[in-house]
Amino acid sequence: MAQHELTLTDQTFDEEIKAATDPVLVDFWAEWCGPCKMIAPVLKEIAADQDGKLLIGKVNIDENLDLARRFEVMSIPTLILFKDGEPQTRIIGAKGKGQLLQELHPYL
Amino acid sequence: MNSSALSPRDVIVIGSGPAGLTAAIYAARANLSPLVIEGEPSSTSDQPGGQLMLTSEIENFPGFVEGLAGPELMSNMRAQATRFGAEFLTTKVTRVDFSSRPLRVWAPDPSTGEEVEHQSRAVIVSTGARSLMLGLPAEERLLSRGVSTCATCDGFFFRGQDIAVIGGGDSALEEALFLTKFGETVTIVHRRKELRASKIMQDRAFKNPKIRFVWDSVVTDIAGGSKVEGLHLRNVVTGEESFLPVTGVFVAIGHAPNTDLFVGQLDMDAAGYLVTAPDSTTTNVPGVFACGDVQDHTYRQAITAAGSGCMASIDAERWLEAALTD
Repeated sequence: MAQHELTLTDQTFDEEIKAATDPVLVDFWAEWCGPCKMIAPVLKEIAADQDGKLLIGKVNIDENLDLARRFEVMSIPTLILFKDGEPQTRIIGAKGKGQLLQELHPYL
Repeated sequence: MNSSALSPRDVIVIGSGPAGLTAAIYAARANLSPLVIEGEPSSTSDQPGGQLMLTSEIENFPGFVEGLAGPELMSNMRAQATRFGAEFLTTKVTRVDFSSRPLRVWAPDPSTGEEVEHQSRAVIVSTGARSLMLGLPAEERLLSRGVSTCATCDGFFFRGQDIAVIGGGDSALEEALFLTKFGETVTIVHRRKELRASKIMQDRAFKNPKIRFVWDSVVTDIAGGSKVEGLHLRNVVTGEESFLPVTGVFVAIGHAPNTDLFVGQLDMDAAGYLVTAPDSTTTNVPGVFACGDVQDHTYRQAITAAGSGCMASIDAERWLEAALTD
């Protein structure tokens, strides 16, 4: 499953998002955030279910504060789906798999 | 059809806070193979592990000298229940039917989303309570844009900023004290002149140089278009209106029980808390037991919830034995 996951940083974000041919679901998270930990395996599952057509991009906000600021993240977990380098939709707060899929479906 | 629908189990536990997990530990050790329907991820207290998942530090749970983080305590309890054979389903119960035997509980399958029926001889209800919100239209618009339900998740984003905490109980003070790690100032807005919180928390809050108090005041509106800019306050004694410029608002004004599922099936009091028989966890439906905050508006502690979860499991075990020998 690891191949569905990218670690994005302040330095690599733009390049990686631009280079990606598949949609990237960027997950703004932190070590101290319980709900973030809870949805991490759910995101892996969703990516695996999409058969490689969806990548999960992990942004650790402790280490990449610039990205958090740039995308005005004020609550985590925040998920932003990028397609062709452009943000498509934003999901704030942890949710179950069904709810996440429902919100992502129109863009996948 | 899921196999659990075909033959009734002995015990289903609905909810996975300290009450539900303690019930699961005891039921598992009594060889009742409990199924815990634990809820699903969320950023509110309505999630596996319950309200303690949003609690940064628990200092009063006996046995932990230095205290521990809420999520750590809950993951320990879950692991302990698993060790004795409790099964977990990470999904949320959508409806129940306690009017006939076996008792029936429905929940979506965690992977397919398809609704599955589960049957059980006994059910332990431990769905807990949720935090009340202010109920202002602006609150919903600004949720996660400065209005937060989770200080441990979102406090970080208010580094060096001015924050307000609404409420005067232990959870309000706990949030306020936690937020002083980040905020420039933390203002506690309380509708009365005195705090409900425990003395030790009050002492800490009064001593903390970053914490200020606005007494006798309620929030009438939250200002801001796409981000919180401040709070409109009204003094309930003098009627005076004021504006408190803050960029973060954390609401901790009390709780309501999660009992919508059981309306018309289990007896409740006027506030919606499940009614249990004195000195017991039995409800009005034989075989259905209630424990934790869902039936307790008095103590509402992790340890009392855990204690009543233990009671529920023992009550269920005895009830199952008696039902078999009848």
